[in-house]
Amino acid sequence: MSATNSLPLSLKPSPRLWLPGSQHIGLTLAFLYLTILILAAIAPHFLTHGNPYGIAPREAFTAPCWQHPLGTDQSGRDMWTRLIFGARSSLVIGIGSILLALCVALSLAIPGAFGGPFAEQCVKWVFEILFSFPTVVLALLLTALFSSGTFPLIVAVGIGAAPGYGRMLFGQFLTIRHAGFIEAARSLGHSPAQILTRHLIPNAFRPLLIAGAMGIGQTIIWASSLSFLGLGAPPPAAEWGTMLAMGRDYIAEAWWITFFPGVAIVLTMLATTTLGRFLKNRFETTTS
Amino acid sequence: MNTFSSAPQSGLSVKNLSVKFATGGVTHTAVHSLSFSLTSGEIVALVGESGSGKTVTARALLGLLGSNAQTSADQLSLNGQSLLANTEQQWRKIRGAEIGFILQDALVALDPLRSVGAEINEALTAHKWGTKNTRNEHVLQLLTQAGIPLAKERIHLRADQLSGGLRQRALIANALAMNPPFLIADEPTTALDPSVQVQILELLKQLRTAGHGILIISHDLGFVSRLADRVIVMHHGHMVEEGRTADLLCAPQHSYTRRLLDAEPGRRPPRPAVPINPTTLPLLEAHNLSFSVKQKNGTRKYIVQDISLSLFPGRTLAVIGESGSGKTSTARMIMGFQKPETGFIDFLGEPWSRSEKTGITEASRRSRRPRLAAIYQDPLSSFDPRWTVQTILDDALSVIHVPKTERLSRSLALLDLVRLPSTLLGKNPLHLSGGQRQRIAIARALAVEPSVILCDEPVSALDVSVQAQILDLLGTLQKRLHLSYLFISHDLNVVRNIADDLIVMQAGRIIERGSAQDILLHPRHPFTQQLVAAAQFIGDATGEHFS
Repeated sequence: MSATNSLPLSLKPSPRLWLPGSQHIGLTLAFLYLTILILAAIAPHFLTHGNPYGIAPREAFTAPCWQHPLGTDQSGRDMWTRLIFGARSSLVIGIGSILLALCVALSLAIPGAFGGPFAEQCVKWVFEILFSFPTVVLALLLTALFSSGTFPLIVAVGIGAAPGYGRMLFGQFLTIRHAGFIEAARSLGHSPAQILTRHLIPNAFRPLLIAGAMGIGQTIIWASSLSFLGLGAPPPAAEWGTMLAMGRDYIAEAWWITFFPGVAIVLTMLATTTLGRFLKNRFETTTS
Repeated sequence: MNTFSSAPQSGLSVKNLSVKFATGGVTHTAVHSLSFSLTSGEIVALVGESGSGKTVTARALLGLLGSNAQTSADQLSLNGQSLLANTEQQWRKIRGAEIGFILQDALVALDPLRSVGAEINEALTAHKWGTKNTRNEHVLQLLTQAGIPLAKERIHLRADQLSGGLRQRALIANALAMNPPFLIADEPTTALDPSVQVQILELLKQLRTAGHGILIISHDLGFVSRLADRVIVMHHGHMVEEGRTADLLCAPQHSYTRRLLDAEPGRRPPRPAVPINPTTLPLLEAHNLSFSVKQKNGTRKYIVQDISLSLFPGRTLAVIGESGSGKTSTARMIMGFQKPETGFIDFLGEPWSRSEKTGITEASRRSRRPRLAAIYQDPLSSFDPRWTVQTILDDALSVIHVPKTERLSRSLALLDLVRLPSTLLGKNPLHLSGGQRQRIAIARALAVEPSVILCDEPVSALDVSVQAQILDLLGTLQKRLHLSYLFISHDLNVVRNIADDLIVMQAGRIIERGSAQDILLHPRHPFTQQLVAAAQFIGDATGEHFS
């Protein structure tokens, strides 16, 4: 085939999306886990009857047992209930910050790739600056400006992740800029706005979806790390990173307080990455 | 044909060669019981269109087919020795030493990171030829033999630093490194300009005189007829005809061979000259266009210099030139994608593009763009990869504000116009053939109801018989819809029966212009004469053998 097929953007028709077969055990498990996670985020009461903030000092530090399958924390709150309720904020932070990152990336990459040589140079500089700015410092700055909480966390992680996606998109737009079909659309008399909405965004959407799906796990890790450092939602919020931080003091006596939030974070990361890789394989397989 | 029934002892002999490919449980036969022979000092051409199995045959002769290929033959022997049961190790001794292989694209075939000298040296080392010092001398000698001037300096250059012709010569030198008695050349000149093609042709003739047996693989019957002693025509893996070149050209037996010959653009009659009506105004007019790029040493290099042209209604103006002649830059300026440095372009009597800063912007051109459509050499890359034929046509129709309800019927009418079945509407161009893709591109160009269509090498990537169909279609459409074509091509033969007027470009300048018939019959500029000579091979070849 000609060289056009080696564009990083997948220049192929949409393949159909099938449901995973029995041989894809990892993928099936990932789908199952994500379904539970989304269910927990939307309707936590469906999975637990407890109250994530209900203190029961007499039941503090209960090891995993029949009544509390994942044990209780230092205030006697049920870990399972707290994990389920924490799913919402973790997902909101993960998805929110990835969306923010992609929006920032797009709004930098599009003018950078199509706004002429000066805009191109400016956008390159912006990426350099963003790259050299540590996410943790940015988060500290934002928590200092606002109060600590979910929103500053989303902003910090979103801005922190943006330059990576931005560079990826920027590179792809630069390649696509001279693609034959862009020129063909121009020669037909389409306006730049039409070319953007009909060709560029739709063609960039698939790689964006893949990058987004693979990135959610990463942003959840980042958000949890920031919460762990005390830059996220303050205790007693049912947030995985915060819970991890709280359990740190009792890790010798009550390992489960740290262990289960950690497992939840790792599993989410694994599940979203598996999903992302699945999308990548579906969309980017070569047709040759 | 049966003069070769007794297999020669010295030579390459193939009897009933079949090659099958098994992919995913489906067996596909690429070559059906092919028999031929090649002796020293002769050139045999294997001719066929894409998918005819000619390259597979060449690879089978070198043991280069992959593991999913099943090769079977009654005989496959070199100088009486069977190659059928060869191990990879035995093949390696034959490749290069007994049979040299010249590939189509020298840029791909030669290592991009090493000098051509080092590349050839490696081939010699692999076959344990001579000592380090004698090897270097031999490489120099090979390059000189292959016709590379100043070989002493060029020995240190990489493939990308050489011109197309020199690169191909280096590749031939590489194939000749071990002085193999037989050479297989897979489309050795396809990527080259006509004048360079002639030079490579001469080189291959010299090799024949030197006693090499050469198997040439080509899609171009016209080209090989200038060169080959015998021609084998292949179609869908079958050998349909074999014979002496002159016999085959003058009295083709098989209908497929006849069809191939008729499709040869060089055989088609030139379009009768119709003088330009002095009262009509040109649709498109370009005056003194120039465009240059700044070079590393600070000077400016002119890509296009002082180009003027006028395109009149219902006529075809062909722009002919080799690669680097500036024809593509001219096309980009005419399309309004590149601002000219000097000069101006008028379209439909109104300003279209200006070198100086005036009110002519892209936005002011946009509403007139549908009147100037374009088709390209690679239609596939000009379609959004996500789109089906229907979306492509729909999108083009939306430009001229066709209401949504009418678009389907208009799309079907367009497909009918380019002689494609309506069943293709839901297909993605990726799954169509090259000819079908170009027809879709033509349908899209017609959708916006243009007055002028710029055709940028529209048939260069197509098989000869498909080329003829597309050119016929363009001719019919021109008459029916009173279109004007600005036809850009490197191949004089292609424009032969479509062009009314001709412009020949060289190094950014127009060196000859006039009516197509005039220039084809009486070229004045030496370069044009060379082009015309290079294009008239079929007539020559038959004439040569008759006299």
